[in-house]
Amino acid sequence: MSATMVQPDTAGRKDAVARALGRRRYAVDRLVKALCWLATAIGLFFLASILLTLVLRGLGGLNLSVLTEVTKPPGSNGGLLNAIVGSLIQTGLGTLIGTPIGLMVGTYLSEYSAGSKLGNVVRFVSDVLLSAPSILIGLFVYQVAVGPFGGYSGWAGCLALAVIVIPIVVRTTEDMLRLVPVSLREAAVALGAPKWKAIVFVCYRAGLDGILTGVLLALARVAGETAPLLFTSLGNLNWSVNLGQPMSSLPVTIYQYAGAAFADWVQLAWVGALLITLGVLAINILARVALQRRS
Amino acid sequence: MSQAVTERPVRRSSGQLGDKIFAGVARLSGVFVLVLLGAIIVTLFVGGLPALRAFGPGFLSNADWDPMADVYGGAVAIYGTLITAVLALVMAVPVAFGIAFFLTELAPMSLRRPIGTAIELLAAVPSIIYGMWGFFVIVPFMAEYIQPWAIDTLGELPGIGWLFQGPPFGTGILTAALILAIMVIPFVAATMRDVFLTVPAVFKESAYGVGCTTWEVMRSIVLPYTRVSVVGGIMLGLGRALGETMAVTFVIGNTNRISSSLFGPSNTIASLVALEFPESPMGSLKLSSLLLLGFILFVISFIVLAISRLLLRQRMRA
Amino acid sequence: MDMSQGLSTVGTDTRMQARSEAVLSAPRIAIEGLSFFYGANKALKDIKLDLPDRQVTGMIGPSGCGKSTLLRVINRMYDLYPGQRAEGRVMMDGMNLVAPEMDLNALRSRVGMVFQKPTPFPMSIYDNVAFGVKLHERLSRPEMDERVEWSLTRAALWTEVKDRLNSSATGLSGGQQQRLCIARTIAVRPEVILLDEPTSALDPISTLRIEELIDELKRDFTIAIVTHNMQQAARCADQVAFFYLGELVEVGQAAQMFTAPQQKRTQEYITGRFG
Repeated sequence: MSATMVQPDTAGRKDAVARALGRRRYAVDRLVKALCWLATAIGLFFLASILLTLVLRGLGGLNLSVLTEVTKPPGSNGGLLNAIVGSLIQTGLGTLIGTPIGLMVGTYLSEYSAGSKLGNVVRFVSDVLLSAPSILIGLFVYQVAVGPFGGYSGWAGCLALAVIVIPIVVRTTEDMLRLVPVSLREAAVALGAPKWKAIVFVCYRAGLDGILTGVLLALARVAGETAPLLFTSLGNLNWSVNLGQPMSSLPVTIYQYAGAAFADWVQLAWVGALLITLGVLAINILARVALQRRS
Repeated sequence: MSQAVTERPVRRSSGQLGDKIFAGVARLSGVFVLVLLGAIIVTLFVGGLPALRAFGPGFLSNADWDPMADVYGGAVAIYGTLITAVLALVMAVPVAFGIAFFLTELAPMSLRRPIGTAIELLAAVPSIIYGMWGFFVIVPFMAEYIQPWAIDTLGELPGIGWLFQGPPFGTGILTAALILAIMVIPFVAATMRDVFLTVPAVFKESAYGVGCTTWEVMRSIVLPYTRVSVVGGIMLGLGRALGETMAVTFVIGNTNRISSSLFGPSNTIASLVALEFPESPMGSLKLSSLLLLGFILFVISFIVLAISRLLLRQRMRA
Repeated sequence: MDMSQGLSTVGTDTRMQARSEAVLSAPRIAIEGLSFFYGANKALKDIKLDLPDRQVTGMIGPSGCGKSTLLRVINRMYDLYPGQRAEGRVMMDGMNLVAPEMDLNALRSRVGMVFQKPTPFPMSIYDNVAFGVKLHERLSRPEMDERVEWSLTRAALWTEVKDRLNSSATGLSGGQQQRLCIARTIAVRPEVILLDEPTSALDPISTLRIEELIDELKRDFTIAIVTHNMQQAARCADQVAFFYLGELVEVGQAAQMFTAPQQKRTQEYITGRFG
């Protein structure tokens, strides 16, 4: 083999070429790595900036009156009470309505559809709804629940939020139920349980953590939604817990106050923004911690 | 043995009824989801029909939005939607990739979980918060530093100068795209990270074994292996960017005009709908135009999301 | 000897007494001409096998020979999966278990199954054992307590868990979990217990305890056990059936099967030539 007869200086040149190539390759590698560190730093920087801004601008305005007074005209030392309560009501009810539906659809996809065409279509549609623009959900509910019924209402707001909740719960329920081992199902059936009892008493229990996490994440998502509520519950400057009337909510109030020309309203907008973000982040962290702790 | 025959009568027990009901409810709810989507599409389309009949396909190219004359065109909104979303992705994808690469290969093990969680928290921040932050923090920054500098320097260059013109208000297409990019980064990064993690270790190890650097392994092994899913993740980010309302409404400048400059104000479908809706009475042509725009947005999003899902689900089946 | 009584504790004891006086050689389950299909694939070919009353029938054979499939036919497990069907007869008390009109939930209260992998439900030990009972009977709290204690005692688990009945079953060790599954199965007072490789996922000590358990349980239950482990079959079974490629090659008394099998294939399998 002529390879063994390579001349010494050719070998030296090959070595030099390899070394030069290596230097370049390592330089490129280092550059890319540095850029990746930079990219991560950018992402974290923005997160920090957002949180810092919220705290710096919102914390100063956080006092008791925010939580005890309703929204009032500028200069009247108003608060956010009706907005907070309205958000709690609509978010809670929306999640309450959407979760059972999402649970059943997820159960259908995991337990009854078994690769059928209909199941695939339902799954596809659910995925589309998951990422669909929420403003269009608001328009849709406006057309069917506000227009024909003669006015904005808290109910319409709850419905819009429920529509957003459904696909989130569908996705997590299906994923969780699929993780339940077949042997567990068979063991329940082997004892004489009808299929539905095997699902409800064994599979749901086995996947409970994941399903609850999904519900919490859905809750966190709709707590911050503004656009769908703009067209359905509209917002209400007065105190109202009447679901048949327009209802205030925190995101909508923030939206109305943030662009205002009045400093105290803008300040309240920041306080509201801080409250929402704290709530949403708390739910997210809670969901993650709960899931990790039990698994 | 004749006694044994009567011991257990063969009959349908009540368990069967429970099964029928439960299965029926489950199936019905599956169908309900289909009906829901259908209802959304139909509602938007039917609501937009008057506008479609009044303006015809010219609606898509008409850049007027004139409440006085009751003449509406969707060109500006559609243009704004597409350009902000695409620009946002152009800015977001490299950063998202960098983060995904960092989380899967470069970060020390102890940092991976907390940084990963932090990035996911970025996705959890509601869009109205982005809007406010964008309006009160980014816009002044753009107005004071970035835009004047760009107008003075890049705006003078031949060939691309026309992109950087106009008064430096801080708002505009680029600002909106920037906010959208920050919003979309965590989604694309999380998808990419999940997909990078599915590459079997043995592929990467064999590449390292012949002396590849980390970047070379990423470029020649991981990315080709995950190419389809990565594109799927990018499409998913695009789908979200197309529909964002609150983040964009604050910073896009709310002007119904197509401007060539990146700093020019504009509208997206979502921001236009949000802004014009309060003054659109029921049954008016204006509302119908908004609904028609909503329908168009839905069609665009649907196509993008469908493609994304097709690409991503391939990974799951593989 | 009122055998038409329901499954109250009193009726069951009477039934068990009646059984002990019955003709021992009458098979509890008689399988005749049974064929089983996974789609178009014929996995069991014309099986004829009797499971004698209150004896242990061991089923051995190489992987994929159909022994687990046969077990799952007896309690109609395959009903969960479309595309799987059985033809033939599995007779118990004059009823064909694979007939379409068979009431599956009632069937499974009479024919129980323990799986290879221990499958404790995500609930307390007490609730695990009570789960099956609640499906078929209405017992008062004291009656249920008694049934749970009885089941756990018969499964040789009572002394280990009696102080923590309300703790989660997933906290038990593998061997304990499998004994819990056995307790859960016998709690519904079946007549037949099907064991599908019950010890293959367990350590040797747990395995031994469960084999001792089987020896005790056969006093009251008819048992069919699928096992990969021939020594286990030799230890536990009264009669052994050897399966190969979906056919029942040979069946006979355990001692005879392992010393002087009549079929060549049986001989080859037992001496380890294949499988």
